[in-house]
Amino acid sequence: MFKKRILALFLAGALLAAVLSACGDKKTQGTPGSDETGSSGETVNGGELVVGISQDLGDSLDPYQMTAAGTREVLFNVYEGLVKPDKDGNFIPAVAESFVKSDDGLSYTFTLRANVKFHNGAVVTANDVVKSFETCAATTVDTALAAALSTVTKVEAVDDQNVRLTLSEPNGDLLSYVASVYITPAGYANNATAPVGTGPFKFVSRAVQENVILEKNTEYWGEGAYLDKLTYKIYEDTTALMNALGAGSVDMAAHLTIDQVNTLNTADYKTVEGTMNLVQALYLNHKVAPFDNEKVRQALCYAINVDEILALTAEGHGTKVGTSIYPAFGKYFDPSLVGSYPYDVEKAKKLLTEAGYPNGFEMTITVPNNYTPHVNTAEVIVEQLAKVGIKATLNQVEWGTWLSETYQGRKFQSTVIGFDAVSLTAGALLNRWVSTDDKNMINYNDAKYDELMKQAANAIDDQKRIDLYKQAAKRLTETAANVYIQDLADFVVMKKNLDGYVFYPLYVMDMAKVHYVK
Amino acid sequence: MKYIAKKLFTLIITLFIVSLLAFLAFQIIPGNAAVLRLGTNGTPQQVEQLKEEMGLNRPIAIQYGDWLGSFLSGDMGVSYTYNMPVEDMIAQKLPSTVALVLLGCLLMVVLSIPIGIFTARHAGGVVDRVMTVLNQVLMSIPPVFVGILFSFVFGITLRVFIPGDFVSWDENITQFLVFMFFPALSIALSRVAMTVKLLRSSLLDEMDKNYIRTAFSRGHSRDTALRQHALRNSLVPVVVFMAVSAAEMVAAGIIIEQVFAIPGIGRLLIASIGTYDFPVVQAIVLILATWVVVVNFLADILSQYIDPRVRLG
Amino acid sequence: MNRQIIKSPLHHKKNYFLSLGKGITGAMVVFILLGMVWQPYSPTAMDAMAKSQAPSLLHLCGTDNMGRDILSRIMEGAGTTFFIAACVVLIGFTIGTLIGCLTGYFGGLADVILMRVCDSITAFPSILLALVLVMLCGRGKYQIILILGILFIPSFARVVRGEVARQRSQNYTAAARLMGAGHFRIIFKHILPNLLPVLLPTLSIGFNNAVLAEASMSYVGVGVQKPELSLGGMLSEAQTYLGNAPWYALFTGLTIVLLILGFSMLGEGLSREES
Repeated sequence: MFKKRILALFLAGALLAAVLSACGDKKTQGTPGSDETGSSGETVNGGELVVGISQDLGDSLDPYQMTAAGTREVLFNVYEGLVKPDKDGNFIPAVAESFVKSDDGLSYTFTLRANVKFHNGAVVTANDVVKSFETCAATTVDTALAAALSTVTKVEAVDDQNVRLTLSEPNGDLLSYVASVYITPAGYANNATAPVGTGPFKFVSRAVQENVILEKNTEYWGEGAYLDKLTYKIYEDTTALMNALGAGSVDMAAHLTIDQVNTLNTADYKTVEGTMNLVQALYLNHKVAPFDNEKVRQALCYAINVDEILALTAEGHGTKVGTSIYPAFGKYFDPSLVGSYPYDVEKAKKLLTEAGYPNGFEMTITVPNNYTPHVNTAEVIVEQLAKVGIKATLNQVEWGTWLSETYQGRKFQSTVIGFDAVSLTAGALLNRWVSTDDKNMINYNDAKYDELMKQAANAIDDQKRIDLYKQAAKRLTETAANVYIQDLADFVVMKKNLDGYVFYPLYVMDMAKVHYVK
Repeated sequence: MKYIAKKLFTLIITLFIVSLLAFLAFQIIPGNAAVLRLGTNGTPQQVEQLKEEMGLNRPIAIQYGDWLGSFLSGDMGVSYTYNMPVEDMIAQKLPSTVALVLLGCLLMVVLSIPIGIFTARHAGGVVDRVMTVLNQVLMSIPPVFVGILFSFVFGITLRVFIPGDFVSWDENITQFLVFMFFPALSIALSRVAMTVKLLRSSLLDEMDKNYIRTAFSRGHSRDTALRQHALRNSLVPVVVFMAVSAAEMVAAGIIIEQVFAIPGIGRLLIASIGTYDFPVVQAIVLILATWVVVVNFLADILSQYIDPRVRLG
Repeated sequence: MNRQIIKSPLHHKKNYFLSLGKGITGAMVVFILLGMVWQPYSPTAMDAMAKSQAPSLLHLCGTDNMGRDILSRIMEGAGTTFFIAACVVLIGFTIGTLIGCLTGYFGGLADVILMRVCDSITAFPSILLALVLVMLCGRGKYQIILILGILFIPSFARVVRGEVARQRSQNYTAAARLMGAGHFRIIFKHILPNLLPVLLPTLSIGFNNAVLAEASMSYVGVGVQKPELSLGGMLSEAQTYLGNAPWYALFTGLTIVLLILGFSMLGEGLSREES
């Protein structure tokens, strides 16, 4: 249980959404040899598709109980909220057709789309929506969502088509939470094993450790799916998945690394590149010497050559971040922070001398052994640090050990890991570094940062809030809270005759847009 | 008949004890079901409330009776991890495991009896000596390694099957059988070697006995004597051994399912041990234990039944 | 020369099993002892420039996906596996012999009950029981030793009990008894030394089963935990890279096979010597 919850925190993707009005400059480009516009044949309606996934969905399928990223990713196609995120992180109407927000921000009235049908054939009523909110608030395992819903004092059906939410205090991120309250039929109790939603795909069956099968929802309210049948086939690990891809028994797979992509035959598959939506960094424990010294941390930042890391581990793929925000966060992301610490061995040495470590020191980098990209990054870091006289050793541990000892127990010097956001709110990435936060694994303790975060949380004006969050992010860079590296490249491979894959700033795969071409 | 009744009684007692142990074992484990279900966000009050709801505050004996009762009526509880009825999960997984074990048993019989007879007939020859050494080697290769070797040779190199890409029997029965052949052979191989060795020595023992000599003196050829007389008697220990092997193969199957990524109950068991999914582990352990006990029981009965000495006497 | 000529009519065949067993086991023991004092590289040292390299003069068994020397890792892992198997056999043997001696010698109700328990335990495949016990005791090297050690007691106890019961009925024990020797003196001074030949094959079988059980359990992830190396754990790691570094699995598996083969040939040879 414990493991599951933590998984939800990091790996777990953020299906909750956020107010990202500005378009994220999300890159969705084909790698050489896979020209997306070039393959624009005639769109085919129908067909069956097998998506390979390399981890078991060890999870409940209940919309409020599921925790793993993989499960959310699959069920994104089955469940919908009143609103849902689009590829730019905006919220578009889904089960609701429109909504009205009161001037004081304390009341939201959602008007339901007429004749939206659940997969069981029943029409969605205001009562279903109210019941869904109630069940979600009472049972959700997502603590951030539970906290947000606790400020919703009343959910009422105004009439058959309208539902009103009353809040005790304004919440600028409310829509992102509304999007994660999936609407399911009132009184239906079997979602854990046979989910019923309103999404473009219907749940057909699930065989634990084997597959999840979905089919097209022919009565979808919107522009439905192209594919008739969708099978998520579960593989033991990426090796098994790559074997299956090589043999052609899988049509599509996501979350691959460049090394894995390179083992495939380019004649059969095309590759689409996006980002993983996480912040990979060398996270430093501020309670442990010498990382309590800002100069040492800055020295590390100068000593590490991010470009070289990208070149060595991913043939240059990946996006530099510079702070605890990744680029898909659009309006919160400040590109100018990326170059704050250019690679400079001399400067690093000078800072180390000033800090009292002219001959460097010894340190340990703890890495979970199941995440190859983090291990590879750490390996390069070890080499780079040697050049400034720091003798780093790699300590590879089991994921479970990493969670209990390193993350929960905070018994570590430094670690390479990626943090992602449980929701597309800036707080999801930044709150954890507030000195009193439970998730502050690095023991970051900066009064100015705490103050900025407090102000941001209380700011009602959108622009002001964004500015404050940006300042907070900048503060992380200035104090060299961690050695920020990158948002990893995420590769999706699919058969040549497939098209339409769209990246989201969230950990989801929107299969409704995927289609075959003639 | 009396013997069978007595054995049957022991069988029921054994199963009862096994079920009691399976139940009690999971009572000792730190952290009760309620705590585990709530995870890190549970408050003491919530735990207490859930314990009451789940009936964990009742006396152990009543809980056990309840559990056994519902287990026998097919209700095996709900998985903590998947939130699914355990009996449904097991029903999904059982066919693959049963197929694996049956195929393994089949291979064991089909391979070991002809080879055993052959080596006995040519005892002392070159082939026999080579087989004896080969047998010893085969007995020494762990099924895990056999499986990995098969994956490499027949999977990655020869592409007879795709390692890790399990094909379900309802998807494509031919591909399923091709895929299952290798794991089945992996668990059968060391057993084949043992059976060959046993059959060979048992045959040679029989051949030395007086009645075979009499058969010779009556003008039967060595081959006829072997086939008509010695084989029948020397099969007794072999059949018993193979029956016991059927129980052992289930255990080897747990591991081999992991090697070939076969979604059977073995792999479910390993995964559930990892996530401390007690209801699933409890159910699988009980099912596997029942299989072992029943197979041993049948082996007992079988040996009594086919052994002519017992029948005559 | 002379001895052989005299001996050959008595022994129709030379006991190949015994000599092969001695040879292989000896070589494996030397290999493992060597691994304790010297390894070509550090088993954990990574080399980004030498990832997944095929066997060469530099790396006799090649390197793994992290550029670590596989031979060094096998030396380390074989040591752990050997240590576990040895401890398991030691626990099973010591306690099993004790129980077997006492119950076999004194008989009575305790004998009946204990043997019934032993029978039931041995009826179940040890892997199945070990997996359940892992949930109770946790995973790790010492847990494995404890679990397997306990599970191996019955097989030793049964053999010893049978043998002790047989020896007890023989004349020399009666003679010793008449001469006024105490029960314990008879058990430990007179009977126990006579058990050794019978126990040797059992020991080798026990050792092999322990190696096999460790390998299986570590393979499925409930045995020795990373970063500590053991042959079973390495096999599972190696399987991931079967496509691009098959030598990793091959050499690791081969080590397990040789370890088991040596002891099984030794056991087979010893029992042939007996008969």
